[in-house]
Amino acid sequence: MHIILDKKELAPNVKMFKVSAPLIAKKSKTGQFIVIRIDEKGERIPLTIVEKDDKIGSLTIIFQEVGKTTKELGKLKKGDHILDLVGPLGKPSKIRKVGTVVIIGGGIGIGEAYPEAKAHKDVGNRVINIIGARSKEFLILENKMASISDEIYITTDDGSKGHHGFVTDILEELINKKIKIDLVFAVGPTIMMKAVSEITEPHRIKTLVSLNPIMVDATGMCGGCRVNVGGENKFACVDGPIFDGHKVDFDSLIKRLNTYIAEEKISCKMH
Amino acid sequence: MVKVKTTKHKMPEQEPKKRIKNFNEVPYGYDKETAIEEAKRCLQCKKKPCTEGCPVEIDIPGFIACVANGEFDKAAEIIKAKNNLPAVSGRVCPYENQCEGLCTVKKISLYAEPVGIGRLERFIADYERNKGVKIPKKAKPTSKKIAVVGSGPAGLTCAGDLAKMGHSVTIFEALHAPGGVLMYGIPEFRLPKDIVNAEVNYIKKLGVEINYDVVVGKTITIDELMKEYDAIFIGTGAGLPRWLRIPGENLDGVYSANEFLTRVNMMKAYRFPKYDTPVKIGKIVATFGAGNVAMDCARTSLRLGAEKSYIIYRRSELEMPARAEEIHHAKEEGVIFKFLTTPVKFIGDDKGILREGEFRKMKLGEPDETGRRRPIPMEGSEFKMKIDTALVAIGQSPNPLIPKTVKGLKIGKHGNIETDKDGRTNIPGIFAGGDIATGAATVILAMGAGKRAAKAINKYLKLKK
Repeated sequence: MHIILDKKELAPNVKMFKVSAPLIAKKSKTGQFIVIRIDEKGERIPLTIVEKDDKIGSLTIIFQEVGKTTKELGKLKKGDHILDLVGPLGKPSKIRKVGTVVIIGGGIGIGEAYPEAKAHKDVGNRVINIIGARSKEFLILENKMASISDEIYITTDDGSKGHHGFVTDILEELINKKIKIDLVFAVGPTIMMKAVSEITEPHRIKTLVSLNPIMVDATGMCGGCRVNVGGENKFACVDGPIFDGHKVDFDSLIKRLNTYIAEEKISCKMH
Repeated sequence: MVKVKTTKHKMPEQEPKKRIKNFNEVPYGYDKETAIEEAKRCLQCKKKPCTEGCPVEIDIPGFIACVANGEFDKAAEIIKAKNNLPAVSGRVCPYENQCEGLCTVKKISLYAEPVGIGRLERFIADYERNKGVKIPKKAKPTSKKIAVVGSGPAGLTCAGDLAKMGHSVTIFEALHAPGGVLMYGIPEFRLPKDIVNAEVNYIKKLGVEINYDVVVGKTITIDELMKEYDAIFIGTGAGLPRWLRIPGENLDGVYSANEFLTRVNMMKAYRFPKYDTPVKIGKIVATFGAGNVAMDCARTSLRLGAEKSYIIYRRSELEMPARAEEIHHAKEEGVIFKFLTTPVKFIGDDKGILREGEFRKMKLGEPDETGRRRPIPMEGSEFKMKIDTALVAIGQSPNPLIPKTVKGLKIGKHGNIETDKDGRTNIPGIFAGGDIATGAATVILAMGAGKRAAKAINKYLKLKK
């Protein structure tokens, strides 16, 4: 059982929890995730570790209420418990000094982009952040991202804040301006990560993406999260979730993410 | 010649037509009278060949004599002296290759059946559980601490035995539920989860503590455990699914057996949407492989509403590795067997959903290193068949997480942890057993390995002092 120490609403249907998990907090590194199960009848869902605090033994997670489990999670209050919390899972990011790094976070993915950006800043890289959302109220962690940016760009699909358009527009602009980019890291909707990888590939800019396939156990025993990377099947939960964006078969990943759409609707209706 | 009934007393079962609509256990088990009658078929051989065939060396004639006399409590005591999980082994052991395979009664005539040892073990375990399990006397506390990694049959057995020897035992389990394959792999209709929980409770009553949601190698490492514990037993199993490695394996509708069974058994997807985890099953399901896991997949598919459930196997009926009883049950339930057939590719629609399989016929050649005749593809024999769901049950490899994260641990060529027959690894104080050491085998072999390791650990701890 893991107590919820703090709860904040960051955007409509986007919530942030600070949960107690001392063992995991001690071990977790940038890029890793946890799996949670709310209660006895619950399913297991993966969530990224946004921040951790070794001293109080806590983890910060951010989630968007998109289906039954996340909606139920959103109803929990400070002081409530989460039944199961497993981690840290996945391979940590390899952070080293490379020069200029462009970090791209889309929607809820900004929550995952933040620790990555911070880690790159901490090792002395020049960090350019591009964060985007549907509209300004869905922009999360804007100040936090700004505080660790050498440059920050904001985009909204509806133009309510920053650039009217997509994160990829800014990326293309930077490339066209011939700014030297040594690494791109993108996290967000799969379609966005695909678009980013397609833009950087002809320019041979190393691009990493944090994939989000369906997971069950997340310890490497089922292969529900398998993705084709460079023609080889990899399990995102143990081999990833971070992969070379130029090698990922995004189309099959997008299709696999749709597997349970009908069931998710039924489950949501029951809720 | 002694006069004895040549066939086993029948165990009543759910009708095939009814049972494919539910997940309830298929055989009902013996009643008292039938159990006593079956026990009377035992010849009480002095040499006890049956016990020699039992990986945990239960005194089989001993407990059966008690059953014949109606002394069920005493029978339970005899079984429990050797076996911590009799309700499990009494249901899932491949008896025909073990205890029952060596039963003298079989030698009476060509058609004689062995004593129903498994059924009697199951009867006694169920009797004891319903009555309330007795906790045996434990040895004096030793103040030695042992960490057991994995709560499958090997880990549970090792932990139970060590606790009885007076040691303080903590199990670390990665999942949120205990039992390993007993919980996520074997379906309810073969091994009800209430029974697994009851068996695990017995281990807990022996004083064993279980910590869930701890992924050793991630949440905590073996090196860290070594600082806190006097010895470690690794029983992390063979949980890495093998794939067919054919085109289309990532289509929507293709599952590893592990994923499919974990969703259905551990996450209870068969009760969706009451439980949150979904599972998707089509009208025509093809299971690849012919071991127990494949039978479980094919039979589970029928219960989830599949109209046709195929077992597709590249060898012939003779080479199928599944237990005779599972094959028999699968056939009764209407599972269709396609032998000497192998998949070449999976074909999907534009949405990436599996629609069809392309297959090839095989013929059998000379025996290979496993002793089974090698399947050889027949060129030009390709054919297509409509399938909606593909379940890949062609085996599992040892889970690589721990072998990868322990420095200096000797690893075999199949990714298994190398041990001697008592479970000693090359690192003093670290023991291993079950599928992580041998590769995917049976529940009872894992239990046997857990037992031998417990003895070896006990010896090690005594010398260490």
